[in-house]
Amino acid sequence: MNHQPRLLAAGYAGVLCLLVALLLSSRFWLGDTPLHMQFEARLMPPSASHWLGTDALGRELWARTLAGLSLSFWVGLSAALLGTLIALSLASLAMLSSTLDALVSLLIDTLLSVPHLILLLLIAFALGGGTQAVIIAVALTHWPSLARVLRAELLSVRHAPYVAISKGFGKRQGFIVWHHLLPHLLPHCLVGALLLFPHAILHEAALTFLGVGLDPSQPAIGVLLADAMRYLTGGYWWLGVFPGLGLLLMVLAIERFAALLRKAL
Amino acid sequence: MALDMRLTAWLASRILRLMLVLLCVAAVSFGLMMLSPIDPVDAYLGPQMAQVSPEQRALIAEQWGFDAPASVQFSHWLRHVLSGELGWSHIYNQPVSEVIQQRFQRSLALLFSAWLLALLLGMILGIAAGSKEGSWLDRFISGYAYVTASTPTFWLAMLALLLFSVTLGWTPTCCAGPAGVLRQEVDPLTRLHHLILPIATLALLGMATITLHTRAKMVAFMRSETALHAFAQGASRFDIAWRHGIRHASLPAITLAFASLGELFGGSLLIEQVFAYPGLGQATVAAGLRSDVPLLLAIALFTALFVSIGNLIADGLYHLADPRIAQGQR
Repeated sequence: MNHQPRLLAAGYAGVLCLLVALLLSSRFWLGDTPLHMQFEARLMPPSASHWLGTDALGRELWARTLAGLSLSFWVGLSAALLGTLIALSLASLAMLSSTLDALVSLLIDTLLSVPHLILLLLIAFALGGGTQAVIIAVALTHWPSLARVLRAELLSVRHAPYVAISKGFGKRQGFIVWHHLLPHLLPHCLVGALLLFPHAILHEAALTFLGVGLDPSQPAIGVLLADAMRYLTGGYWWLGVFPGLGLLLMVLAIERFAALLRKAL
Repeated sequence: MALDMRLTAWLASRILRLMLVLLCVAAVSFGLMMLSPIDPVDAYLGPQMAQVSPEQRALIAEQWGFDAPASVQFSHWLRHVLSGELGWSHIYNQPVSEVIQQRFQRSLALLFSAWLLALLLGMILGIAAGSKEGSWLDRFISGYAYVTASTPTFWLAMLALLLFSVTLGWTPTCCAGPAGVLRQEVDPLTRLHHLILPIATLALLGMATITLHTRAKMVAFMRSETALHAFAQGASRFDIAWRHGIRHASLPAITLAFASLGELFGGSLLIEQVFAYPGLGQATVAAGLRSDVPLLLAIALFTALFVSIGNLIADGLYHLADPRIAQGQR
């Protein structure tokens, strides 16, 4: 009974890996297609020669969407990993003393009480924009909920009988952390990072859509959609529909995978 | 009596905590503003930057206190905020408190209706889906909720705009009222006409999490012994869901709705941007893009207060609902 979700997750992971590989390798085989302007083919609707249509400067939308998705993937992945790392270190720090615990809890409460997007705006403003600023901003806003889970998990496992026994055998603190606590936390971290991932992608897109994060010349999904806003009332629907659809499919695929994995573990 | 005492003590401790958190929010956001590479004098001057001599710049910096150490600036700012003076917004050329008041009034209609709609629809859908786990209705509703939970907020708003405003022409494409008409002269019906799409998209997105949460609670209830007992007595599935299930599932939904005010506000930021609705969200984005520091700081504090009160209500509801938490037995 326990095998089916694992099998499903494995199959899903295989397909997902293939798609991700295709997406990430697109940087090499796309070349400069996302930025290549064709002035004879501006604002062309989707057709056989322009698969998803072209934008106001005659750039191919399919290539720009792919490039944007690959950028979103990298930003999302880095932000999720960084966020998990912050969550893990602060949750472990909170275990050291009650003062530190209170401080970490206060920091978590503080960051959770400001709406994510406003905090993102503040951090992006403080860092002055750029891809790195977006990654850091998304990571800094997304660690608190995971840190809360990890802290609760650590609290419960710290007083577990097997830890007490290990301590009774005279094992050192470092040994207990390395051999008992970390292995217990690892699956939580993995699932946590996977759950953070789609959130991070959505927030990256939102931030670039608002025009805060990246350079407007960079083909990110948010930039493409902000661009499309200007042509929406003119009826150039493909500019708005396809990049968003690509993002939705990517987020959905990762989200479902995270859910499957959580069930399987 | 004893319960009252405990509740008061609990409330007092929570309010103290809330004040502490707000103070931290103030410190963190002020610190972030100080970190920014954008020069406050440049931001204040805007395009006139080139016409000002270095001596004048130094004078402005001195007058506004920009040359003082960060801690002095912070305590100075905090004292002003506590006395109700939030500063001057240079992009709207108005006191910050007025900007926030005007904009929030407009956003409140959007936020509140979307919140209520999301809560009601989310609860109904969640209960409908969860009362018969695995049915086609359940699959359909959960599938729908999963998809909307992964949808970028602003993209959904763009699609709605494209379909209803551009293609079908049923709703206006932007703003809170027709162009060239004063805000006071716009009648309520026109105002509602402009609000329909923003409310619908914001509600649709908020609904997803409430639906999934309510569904999970409902599924758990339908598997419980209470439900089994009712089944054994011959009650119909609808009866059980309607008479017992709702009580189990509605409180978590309401609690979640209060706890997710931050996401609602974040969503309104994007949706106001797409529909060019002149609310607080749009002002936030403008303040961030055009480095209006006093406005941005005030909005961060204001929304933190808003979200914290929502969290407080959510916690309070849990306490009222679950006597185990109230007695601290958890």
